[in-house]
Amino acid sequence: MSVKNSISRREFLKWAAAAPVSVSFLPRLALALQDAIKEYPIIWLQTSTCSGCSVSVINTIHPSIKNVILEQVLPGNKLILTYHGTLMAATGALSIETARQSAQKYQGKYILVVEGAIPTKSDGVYGSIGEDNGNPVSMLKWIDFLGRNTMATLTVGTCAAYGGLPSAAPNPSGSKGVSEVYEMLNITTPVINIPGCPAHPDWFIGTVAKILLYGMPTAKELDEFGRLKLFFSRTVHNHCINRDYLDDGIMAEKFGDEGCLLELGCKGPFTRADCPIRQWNGGVNWCINAGALCIGCTEKGFPDEHSPIFQRR
Amino acid sequence: MGTVHQIISIDPMTRIEGHLKIEVTLDNKKVVDAKSEGTLYRGFEQILIGREPVDAVQITQRFCGVCPTPHAIASSQALDDAFGITPPDNGRVIRNIMQGANSIQSHVLHFYHLASLDYFKGPEVPPFIPRYEADYRVPKSVQDSLTEHYIQAYQARLKAHELCAIWSGKMPHMASIVPGGVTIRPRIDNITTSLWRLKELTDFIDNIYLPDVITLAQIYRDYLRIGPSCGKLLAYGQVDLDANPDVTKRKRLFPMGRIVNGKLENLDPKKITEDIKYSRYDLPSHAHPTRGETHPNPQKANAYSWLKAPRYDGQVYEVGPLARIKIAYASQTNPKLNKLVDDTLNTLGVGPEALCSVMGRHLARALECKIIADEMSNMILQVKLDQPVCTDHQIPKSAEGMGLWGAARGALGHWIKIEDYKIARYQAVVPTTWNASPKDDKDQPGPVEQAMIGSVVEDSDNPFVLARIVRSFDPCLACAVHLMEPGKAVKKFKIC
Repeated sequence: MSVKNSISRREFLKWAAAAPVSVSFLPRLALALQDAIKEYPIIWLQTSTCSGCSVSVINTIHPSIKNVILEQVLPGNKLILTYHGTLMAATGALSIETARQSAQKYQGKYILVVEGAIPTKSDGVYGSIGEDNGNPVSMLKWIDFLGRNTMATLTVGTCAAYGGLPSAAPNPSGSKGVSEVYEMLNITTPVINIPGCPAHPDWFIGTVAKILLYGMPTAKELDEFGRLKLFFSRTVHNHCINRDYLDDGIMAEKFGDEGCLLELGCKGPFTRADCPIRQWNGGVNWCINAGALCIGCTEKGFPDEHSPIFQRR
Repeated sequence: MGTVHQIISIDPMTRIEGHLKIEVTLDNKKVVDAKSEGTLYRGFEQILIGREPVDAVQITQRFCGVCPTPHAIASSQALDDAFGITPPDNGRVIRNIMQGANSIQSHVLHFYHLASLDYFKGPEVPPFIPRYEADYRVPKSVQDSLTEHYIQAYQARLKAHELCAIWSGKMPHMASIVPGGVTIRPRIDNITTSLWRLKELTDFIDNIYLPDVITLAQIYRDYLRIGPSCGKLLAYGQVDLDANPDVTKRKRLFPMGRIVNGKLENLDPKKITEDIKYSRYDLPSHAHPTRGETHPNPQKANAYSWLKAPRYDGQVYEVGPLARIKIAYASQTNPKLNKLVDDTLNTLGVGPEALCSVMGRHLARALECKIIADEMSNMILQVKLDQPVCTDHQIPKSAEGMGLWGAARGALGHWIKIEDYKIARYQAVVPTTWNASPKDDKDQPGPVEQAMIGSVVEDSDNPFVLARIVRSFDPCLACAVHLMEPGKAVKKFKIC
């Protein structure tokens, strides 16, 4: 298979002229015009996942998913989605051959996106993708191969970042997050975590844009859980719409009540994410605005650290 | 002796939800045996044991990111049943709205983003290349419009997610559904913004989605025969029109029932069992979900799937929109539905038997999508401001509960057992476990396997016919492989 520029320089110039571009963008735009369009191959591996993070990321509005997969996601920068189990046309051996070949062709240059935890128990027998000479290839083996040869790994969702639900006690499949598995396999390529159950599309697109425009984030820009502070620095509680209820002592006692949800088990004070400001699904709503408590889905240790979910911690 | 059989395998089956492998045996190009194999085990139900009952609603919806809504509803209904409560009208209606929005999202996603690329060539860039060299028959004009609609469909399903999130907090994985009803206290702007998002969706369904499915069915007419149904259909129904505590007596927009030999029959949930002869689990087999045990055994001889084989009265049943449409049609409870089905079949010039096929499943899905969307403005207008949304509950020391519902992909059942105020057992029998099940104790192949047997694969390097058959069922393996049970297995599988 080949990766080629799908938009010609001429088309790009036309596009760039028509697009509203802020002044601060201009130097980069000029650079982009000088150079060929930069292409970033992406291998998106789904492991022990519900696919909810893929479903969430395709909810991106600006850029739209069309902008992301078919156009320049940023001027001069294009993502090439070489492998994605849910979206790609290819199936069977043809699909995994694409993943193998892309990893070899773009060794050290592709971005690996992992969605889902990695089953590690009994050499990863609890999860496989495709075959090699008639034998199932475990997800663990895929991670070993793709993780070693990547430029960087983005974990999308709490399962890939920290193990998430499949790793909840008693963790029947021995599932772990990517960083933990890399440590186990002595893989040292960089990892950026984009947790959430699911991850918010803005968090994913924002992290990608940060890398494309400014390079890999510095240690200072990440928190101790490998997340960009940009999105995960303050608690949900900090910006909660129910803060005045708490101040006035108005507490919800049962589902559907008006008031602060702390007594019902809200994990807002222990959860770092910008949901109250960013909101979800095009800004139509978010958990607490629907009268529901924050369950702490962006945190390492979700769900067990926050369980029981519906009891005050 | 004498016959040379060729085995071909498709692993992984992409553009489905989850991890599936298909293996078929060919005898002179004809499929004589087929195996549908789930290749991921997560153990969700084991994870649930010992937890607080109410937490099940948040945990079980994470079986699946495409259809968290029906899991949240089935789980809440199992808890409603166990707690002996029923939701107030608002709670029931808002759950219906969430399900409706999610069904639209799921059906649109399935047709355009998962299935349609089997029938036309997308743009010549990844992820649309490489692809099978199939018999892409669509003329250039249809190919161009399908490509455009593929992109538009992303926006449509996003709108459907917004429509759901207006009530659920966010999607996927909804915050506001709980036993007893929902937590959201409705405002007038929830209602208005829902109605106008719905209008965009009904426009898309009426003018793009349904016509596209009909166009493909006209071009690929042989697929109105290929991939036949196993002959027996089952549905628990969907969309609650009253709050009867007995789910088998509850009035639903899509009624509960079975079709056997073309005739409508009742459904008795007690007759559901799960076999494990070819599943990677140790005995016992053929148990009801409330008594089944699940001891994973990855090395079990002759076993080929992480899926169990659900059966009704020992028989193989297909579930899904096809089953719901056929059962609703036979029940004659919804004249609009019967007319829509008749009109569509007349347009295609085929009889009702054509629905039990690859293209028939796509048609049934699109018809169901239209019926739900058309009904949703009524649902939204039934929401009452300043009225209760949730019935309060007390967690009993011990209880059992059952939730039977319709997911986008078919019949979904959740069974919970509470002991000492905690979850003692949890079983979910999901649509894909029915459809993509392996052979059962009597060696009867599952519905997807039966649909493949007898089909002809001209080129074993490009077995596109198999991909088309399998995808017509809209398999969701993430939902299907999560079975677990309490007792000894908990200790046995505790991670060291």
